[in-house]
Amino acid sequence: MGFFDGFWVTLRQFGHVVTHQYPKVKRPKPPRFHGRHVLNRYEDGMEKCIGCELCAGVCPARCIYVRGADNPPEQPVSPGERYGFVYEINYLRCIHCDLCVEACPTEAITESKLFEFSFFNRQDAIYTKKELVVGDDGKPKQMPWEDWREGDDLATSAWVRATSPSGSAQYEGQVQWSGELGYGVRAPEKGQSEDAP
Amino acid sequence: MIAWVLAADPLLSGHIDKGVVAIVIVKTLLAFALLLVSVLLVIWFERKIISDMQNRVGPNRAGPFGVLITLADGMKFIFKEPLLPERADKRVFRLAPYLSTVPAFLSFAIVPIGGTVHVFGHTTRLQLADPPIGILFLLAMSSVAVYGVMLAGWSSGSKYPLLGSVRASAQMVSYEAALGLTVATVVLITGSLTISAIVDEQSGSIFNINLIRLGVVPFVIFMIAATAELNRPPFDLVEAEQELVGGFHTEYSSSRFALFFLAEFMNTITMSAIIVTLFLGGPNGPGFDFLPWLWPILWFFAKLLVFLFVYVWFRATLPRLRYDQLMDLGWKVLIPGSLGWLLILAALNVERWYPAIGVGVGALLAWMLLARAMRVGRERSDPDVAEVGG
Repeated sequence: MGFFDGFWVTLRQFGHVVTHQYPKVKRPKPPRFHGRHVLNRYEDGMEKCIGCELCAGVCPARCIYVRGADNPPEQPVSPGERYGFVYEINYLRCIHCDLCVEACPTEAITESKLFEFSFFNRQDAIYTKKELVVGDDGKPKQMPWEDWREGDDLATSAWVRATSPSGSAQYEGQVQWSGELGYGVRAPEKGQSEDAP
Repeated sequence: MIAWVLAADPLLSGHIDKGVVAIVIVKTLLAFALLLVSVLLVIWFERKIISDMQNRVGPNRAGPFGVLITLADGMKFIFKEPLLPERADKRVFRLAPYLSTVPAFLSFAIVPIGGTVHVFGHTTRLQLADPPIGILFLLAMSSVAVYGVMLAGWSSGSKYPLLGSVRASAQMVSYEAALGLTVATVVLITGSLTISAIVDEQSGSIFNINLIRLGVVPFVIFMIAATAELNRPPFDLVEAEQELVGGFHTEYSSSRFALFFLAEFMNTITMSAIIVTLFLGGPNGPGFDFLPWLWPILWFFAKLLVFLFVYVWFRATLPRLRYDQLMDLGWKVLIPGSLGWLLILAALNVERWYPAIGVGVGALLAWMLLARAMRVGRERSDPDVAEVGG
């Protein structure tokens, strides 16, 4: 009797709740999740950004504003000739496409896993360099209106390490990136293709 | 005459003094409060169970496990603006919700929720009223409730509620016939219309309950007809929230709208209670010496809960019937089925056996012929079926 099978179908659903109690409980995010940006620093504390404005040029939403400046010789900010003097991202426009991360020649800008940040005014939506650069412990600075959870600030450069700078499979497993403040040189992500070393 | 009417309840058979009147008033208030509180709980219960069946969480914000969700909804309704359409028949429009709610209250009055108890030197049944017309009162009240639906749609002064109410009242009226015929089988076996007699008749053994004594067929037919009478899924064409504007209560808002829903859920509870009373022996069940008055009440509510669950289960499982399927089921299956079963039971009840078997076989044959005639008629009227049938 197919008619009565339906009753069993509905009855056996008991206890199979798939809903997560979202604000209280959060599911772990994928390692390459695109969240809000961070500006990384080298292990010696120097900023990676060289103020080349490639990220601003590639941004499809035109939300990044960068102005470079020459490094002061006595107190250089970055190891190169120039550094990012002004760095602003407008999060009312950012679409988290990660093209800026791809464009960056020094892996200065990468993304964390934070996406729950709700500001009360437009001023807070524009993140300046002071807010984007990682702290002295290598971790992203946490604004009061941001809802950071366990693990959101880890592996902020996962995308870079997973695919290598050129995106080519033959670089897989080889370290093609520089170290980060607080973490050192991160290990490559394994298991991208079947014949990976 | 009046003494005979009152004699059914031991409380009213003797001298009626102030104490007796007080007990009756307290009983009335208790029944009222019980029904209202159970509506609160039943709505929460239904929403929780159906969300379990749909892999959802359901209400979980108001109170522990969301128990107070109905209270919150009720408050919201009360504080909304009660709109009155300009073209409405204003007096009837205001009256209609009460025509739905009051019969729902009244029909619960005849349900026995326990055995007899002794309070302050008086003996009384845990049943608000036990009129000699008994079960007919239920049918009368559910007929009055149709007016609530019909007048609500008609008085709104708009065509959509009118169409919805025509649908609704047609459905309720057609299923009432099957409902009445199955009630007739119960009355036939019991030999009395009073609820207390129907319940007492089923006491003693589990084989005395009407579900078994009547065969399962009247129970099944009553269950289906009651679901349709209550406008509950899969027979909820009255509201059909996915298809219609809103049915007969499209123009209603605020507490008037809430009254319709209150009536609907009260009717659900009452109808489940009636099923328990008619077919499952009501408060009958094994009792113990410890707190003897408590066990019948527990039995009653345990049985009631099963049926409330089954209604939610229906809603979660069965897809809504089309209007013609609904009418086919009511007129061509349930009414002939219950009528045939009534004839068979009547035949078996006659002590002379040969005519009994004759009538029984005759009823069965008539039923089969009717079914055959309907099949042929459908094939002739429906070109698609005729082609397939050759």
